[in-house]
Amino acid sequence: MIGDTIMGPRRSPDVPGARGVAGRAAKGSTASAIGVEWRAITKTFPGLREPALADVSLRVQAGEFFTILGPSGCGKSTLLRIAAGFEHQDTGSVLVDGSAVDRLPPHHRPINTVFQSYAIFPHLTVAQNVGYGPRMLGWSRPAIAARVHELLHLVKLDGLNDRHPAKLSGGQRQRVALARALASRPKVLLLDEPLSALDFKLRSEMRGELKRLQLELGTTFVFVTHDQHEALSMSDRVAVLRAGRIEQVGSASEIYDRPCSRFVADFIGETNLLAAQRVGGDKYRLSDSDILLVAEPLDSATEVFLAIRPERVILGGAETALLRARVTNTVYGGADRMIELALPGGQNLRARVDAGSEAGSQLQPGDETGVTLPQDAIRVLPP
Amino acid sequence: MMSKARALVCAAPVLLVLAVLLFAPLATMVFVSFVRRDPSGALQWGQFSAASYLEIFYERDFLTGRYQPNANYLNILNRSLIYGGATTAITLAVGFPAALWVAALPTRSKNVVLLLMTLPFWTNLLVRLYAIIYILRDGGPIDAALSYMLPGFRGLDLLYSPVATVIGLCYSNVLYMIMPIFVSLERIDRDMVEASSDLGANGWKTVIYVLLPLSAPGIVAGCILVFVPCLGSFIGPELLGGGKTMILGNLIEAQFGELRNWPLGAALSTVLLALLLLTYAVQRVINAKGVTL
Repeated sequence: MIGDTIMGPRRSPDVPGARGVAGRAAKGSTASAIGVEWRAITKTFPGLREPALADVSLRVQAGEFFTILGPSGCGKSTLLRIAAGFEHQDTGSVLVDGSAVDRLPPHHRPINTVFQSYAIFPHLTVAQNVGYGPRMLGWSRPAIAARVHELLHLVKLDGLNDRHPAKLSGGQRQRVALARALASRPKVLLLDEPLSALDFKLRSEMRGELKRLQLELGTTFVFVTHDQHEALSMSDRVAVLRAGRIEQVGSASEIYDRPCSRFVADFIGETNLLAAQRVGGDKYRLSDSDILLVAEPLDSATEVFLAIRPERVILGGAETALLRARVTNTVYGGADRMIELALPGGQNLRARVDAGSEAGSQLQPGDETGVTLPQDAIRVLPP
Repeated sequence: MMSKARALVCAAPVLLVLAVLLFAPLATMVFVSFVRRDPSGALQWGQFSAASYLEIFYERDFLTGRYQPNANYLNILNRSLIYGGATTAITLAVGFPAALWVAALPTRSKNVVLLLMTLPFWTNLLVRLYAIIYILRDGGPIDAALSYMLPGFRGLDLLYSPVATVIGLCYSNVLYMIMPIFVSLERIDRDMVEASSDLGANGWKTVIYVLLPLSAPGIVAGCILVFVPCLGSFIGPELLGGGKTMILGNLIEAQFGELRNWPLGAALSTVLLALLLLTYAVQRVINAKGVTL
């Protein structure tokens, strides 16, 4: 059970956990070095009945960009704070580079954090902020100066050494926080929703930046977010956390294409969830008249949900299609159009089609259209 | 936007209170300090001189009528500054750790501790000073405890000494040091402390490099709140110093009281006020530079 969550269920053998890292890791001698590992962590905050974390185990490869994704209050920040040493787990253990750090105070852990609030020291200049870690660790002055110079260049803040934090923009403060956390060469960098305070454009820019930095430095990044776009666009692997439990671990495409629960399917991207019953073999019944074939039936349950992404739904071909549906609404979205449909059994279905395609340009509310749900696009999920 | 006239009407009550209760007495004080006083001690209203200010620094020779330098009052001023400075330093040394401790307490016990700290101040100052006299006196609890531990111990002879005066000043002022520091520590984002320890600073280093500079405004405010009343206080030094060690507060009180020299008392008060305004100016400069510490 624990092994299953660590490695991620149904992980295909050609994806060794960390795709982006495979090449770099192979260069080193330890191909499967562990960056940071949470082993069976439980944590219940005093006064609360529900545990914040219930038996959470995660293994992050060295040099991996790993994202913990989940709605607010799911325990993802607590997981980071336990690794950093700001909170203590009730049971379980945190390992960095294979050795337990549970008894070390935060200032002795080879882990640094980029805080959601950035927590930049307002009384220190940019250079003093970035040099704070090395200074506390007793580096020599020239070494600190060189490291500060190097990092400010890395985060593209050259020349801002003597600037005070109050005179920096949000994006610049973010970069200072990043440079400061990286300065003393931590083995693991924890990032607690670092992009949430930035505006949309800056956020997508910083995503690329972060990924570039991580590839350049090869440091293990553990990134916490509630934003699925951030998770999918940057991560080697993603863990989806829900109410203190791990729902699924896998690469971004695994999580998106092969969600293992209704929660994951619904939380990441848009999805259609259709109630269905298994009628034997690979046949599932949506309603009295509509029978669907799926590529991977589920043996553990008869009453199930079929999940299909809106962009995988094919409209048109009224004569040949298996299903027929009536258009209830269409929503124009620029490049594409969302067609909302009602199936004969009463269930709703959404289809995303090219705005320029035949279905996208011609279907109007009230129209009847054929609907095809490709077998391999349907995920059968337990209720 | 409020018109100027309306704003004036709205502010009128405050301005009136300030004018009657603050500026008028201060103006009277400065006025009196310049009033001429005849040798018998009677004030000659309407005649002015700066003799009182001169009197602070010089002494008029009875026979020749010439002024000679006189360091008596300067010594008293000097002593006041030393007592005030010592009191400020001691209350800071005690108050900062105390404020740090209180700020780190969980909310509920924090409120209890704050209440306990303010509780003595609900008691009359005289009563509290007599309690200190009882503790410090020969054969009091301190002496008794020490002579129990050290046979042949003769007693500290603490009471009616400068040490006793400073102890009293510290006791009655320490809360004014703790409170502003506590408030400014409370305002520091918890993330700052976590970031510091995350980056490799132990507790001491976090205090020195993060908490101390970030609470500088509270520390400066606390120092002023302690230092200023020390210069003007007179009951404590009178009772605990046994009247042997006069400081500025006693001196001024004496001019208005038994010595009946109002102009000198007013002149001393004016000098004291000028000194205080000077410390305020220093605070402004420190606060303006505070960010760049």
